[in-house]
Amino acid sequence: MANTEFYRRDRRWHPAPNVPNYKSTVLRSPQRPLLSLPQSPVDLSSPVFGHAKLDPLDHDLILNYGTGAEAVGERIVVHGRVLDQNGAPVSGALIEIWQANAGGRYRHVRDGYLAAIDPNFGGCGRVLTGADGKYAFRTIKPGPYPFRNNGSDWRPAHIHISIFGAAFTQRLITQFYFEGDPLIAKCPIVNTIADPAAIDMLVAKLDLENQGPYDHLTYRFDIVLRGRRSTFFENRPEGN
Amino acid sequence: MPVEPLNETPSQTAGPYVHIGTLPSVAGLNVRTQEKLDVAAPANAAGERIFIEGTVRDGAGTLVTDAILELWQADSKGKLPGFWGRAATDFKTGLYRFETVKPGKVAGTPDAPFVTLLIFARGLNIHLHTRMYFADEKDANAADPTLKAVGDPALAATLIGARSTESGKTVYRFDIRLQGDGETVFFDI
Repeated sequence: MANTEFYRRDRRWHPAPNVPNYKSTVLRSPQRPLLSLPQSPVDLSSPVFGHAKLDPLDHDLILNYGTGAEAVGERIVVHGRVLDQNGAPVSGALIEIWQANAGGRYRHVRDGYLAAIDPNFGGCGRVLTGADGKYAFRTIKPGPYPFRNNGSDWRPAHIHISIFGAAFTQRLITQFYFEGDPLIAKCPIVNTIADPAAIDMLVAKLDLENQGPYDHLTYRFDIVLRGRRSTFFENRPEGN
Repeated sequence: MPVEPLNETPSQTAGPYVHIGTLPSVAGLNVRTQEKLDVAAPANAAGERIFIEGTVRDGAGTLVTDAILELWQADSKGKLPGFWGRAATDFKTGLYRFETVKPGKVAGTPDAPFVTLLIFARGLNIHLHTRMYFADEKDANAADPTLKAVGDPALAATLIGARSTESGKTVYRFDIRLQGDGETVFFDI
């Protein structure tokens, strides 16, 4: 069982490699088809990231830049579960996040957007999922910002998220957006994804019931990683 | 009973500011400055100490200076879990560089020794997956089913790291071409 392969990735569900309306894809997308390979033991194993490497404030972006003062912006908690395609929780999954500040400015040596840096905000966090696949982090809602694409295109507010599962084949980096943002439908990067149902999986939903009263709003974002193919013939190893 | 699997969460580009969340000191953040993720195998790991370095170029031949690469491999005896590392292409030179140990052949597989490399960058809507095989493993490479499946020797050559010695250190050079002439073979695994 341990070596059961994962479902193949549905490349029509994921964004296409070359989408000219997002100009950066044009010269960076391979022209030859990807070569399909069987999954090797290397692909089916994964690095293990223990709690030892995480700082207690890693999941609190309001405080974790370490100045002792809080970041400016709309206070939010984002929570959810990491599941595999079979609906089973993925525990011990390392989640890394990064984002712009409330004004839409990244703390990055290469970001020259005119919005101000927040001296108390780095925009970098990480968290491990629990035994039930659940995770949560606290941050401020990032601002939208313009980028040079078709003139000044605008990115909707988003948080970048990187996830390690229990196998390297499950590796995923994506971005999530916030329910109700009118910029989502206009964004050339969002629209590299063809299927509206796939885009909807990247929209965090307002979770008013789980707000922190007089403190923060809460958004829910669940993540699905690749799952192992069930062994249809497992009771009959000789096959049917 | 066969089950209808859930849809996977779709990928989006890691973008040009990927370093903030993955290699924050490269982004200029004063956090986690002690992390050395480009050193995949700890100093006391058994095996031959090696460096893997190279550039990433786009279809116009321009250096991609905003990529990160992740390395995943077996240890020197071919055992898993092995070693994981992460490195950025340098903002000026475009060079990435890993320090690790040379992996062994994984028992029970027909595969020659290799390291897995994932590439994340602005303009890559989903990460690219490739492997580096070792130029000095000629016999194992000749029998490797992946290199055989690639077929064309010119294409297979895009998966081979060239070995050299620099200042007493063993360096494998592995340049990646995302598109066009000499385009690296990428996998769907």
